[in-house]
Amino acid sequence: MAIIMCLAVPGRVEKIDGDFAEVDFGGVRKKVCVTLLPGLQVGEYVIVHTGYAIEKLDPEEAKKTLALFDEMARIQAEMDN
Amino acid sequence: MIDTRPFRDSKYAKAIAQEIEQLSEGKNIRIVHVCGTHEDTITRHGLRSILPNNIKLVAGPGCPVCVCAAEDVDMAIELARMGHIITSFGDMIQVPSTSSSLVKERMRGADVRVVYGVNEAVEIAKANPEKDVIFIGAGFETTAPTMAVEILRGPPDNFSILTSLKVIPPAMEILVSLEGFNVDGFITPGHVSTIIGTNAFRPFAEKHRVPCVAAGFEPLDVLEAIRMILNQINDGRATSENEYTRVVKPEGNLVAQKMLRHAFYIDDAPWRGLGVIKKSGYYIRDEFARHDARERYDFSPIESIDILPGCRCHEVILGMIEPKECKLFGKRCTPEDPYGPCMVGHEGTCRIHHESGAL
Repeated sequence: MAIIMCLAVPGRVEKIDGDFAEVDFGGVRKKVCVTLLPGLQVGEYVIVHTGYAIEKLDPEEAKKTLALFDEMARIQAEMDN
Repeated sequence: MIDTRPFRDSKYAKAIAQEIEQLSEGKNIRIVHVCGTHEDTITRHGLRSILPNNIKLVAGPGCPVCVCAAEDVDMAIELARMGHIITSFGDMIQVPSTSSSLVKERMRGADVRVVYGVNEAVEIAKANPEKDVIFIGAGFETTAPTMAVEILRGPPDNFSILTSLKVIPPAMEILVSLEGFNVDGFITPGHVSTIIGTNAFRPFAEKHRVPCVAAGFEPLDVLEAIRMILNQINDGRATSENEYTRVVKPEGNLVAQKMLRHAFYIDDAPWRGLGVIKKSGYYIRDEFARHDARERYDFSPIESIDILPGCRCHEVILGMIEPKECKLFGKRCTPEDPYGPCMVGHEGTCRIHHESGAL
């Protein structure tokens, strides 16, 4: 369904051709406009909104957030014991 | 492929929820979000049920098609009746207005086409040079840059946009100024923040002493944002913070901001249910007037009605009532035949609550 809603799923840039890129969303490839992200590289991950890549996803930052959750879970488990 | 599943891990959810409980002990906390996709995440994953009872999560005006003023939809309907090709997002064409909707006009023979993005509308214009093609462009800061890209790229002369583009921070200003509207913290929209940056909410947070945290769209993102808001409250701080660090930068997407400034100016705009809000809408600059449907066509004056008799969407949009408190909810007003705009789109609070109740 073509709607305005925000998509949380990041896609991987497979090929770049000028203002457009082929982006892989877990096996489904889509043509995406990348004008808003100059300097984008193949292999990087992007957040796509209505057919336009609006920002890159930083896997290192994702890891940091998950490490924080992990630490919280560890502390809570210790408190529960 | 990046694995986003850990952002839904119940082990982590339990840990964050426990900490939320500890941090909020003895307090009644009301947290408002202004993003339809956050409401979808909250409802779909049952986040309200895992939060302690003293924390209330409220949906504010975060659905672009819900706050799109009836006068904008009435203009779109008039353009469709003129015989032009009308293009828009799938939820936008269903939005009820004073007397019709784009989908109803299509049933009467108008050429109304659903597109995934504005670039597809430009392609339709290129393929139909003998016709005028108009894109009905509703959205917030997230969607506005996509239209700026096309305006600046130089679309064909038969292409124009009827903008209904809104700026979120001024709507938050209105919310906090409403009598009886209590808010202890805002979850700010993740992808609006992607464009304008978390810094854009700092003056608001500091002026009103309300913590703001930008969140992503996984359930743990929303829970973590709540925890961060509680930390600010307990520390006596009120600033704009970022939970969604894997995507959002403090300064936002500077290229997108530059294109927005180049293509649009900001002026007062009508919001359905909220009235005219100062400096809250993007409008196409004069130098691109040929691509601005507002300038290009003569519209007949019409008395647009934002809220039809009996509809309580304006109270839902403001977070004043729950959808089920409206007598029309699930009866006269359903996703199949929406009476009010909040029942239309996948980001509409009534639609989300109706679907989650039906599951």
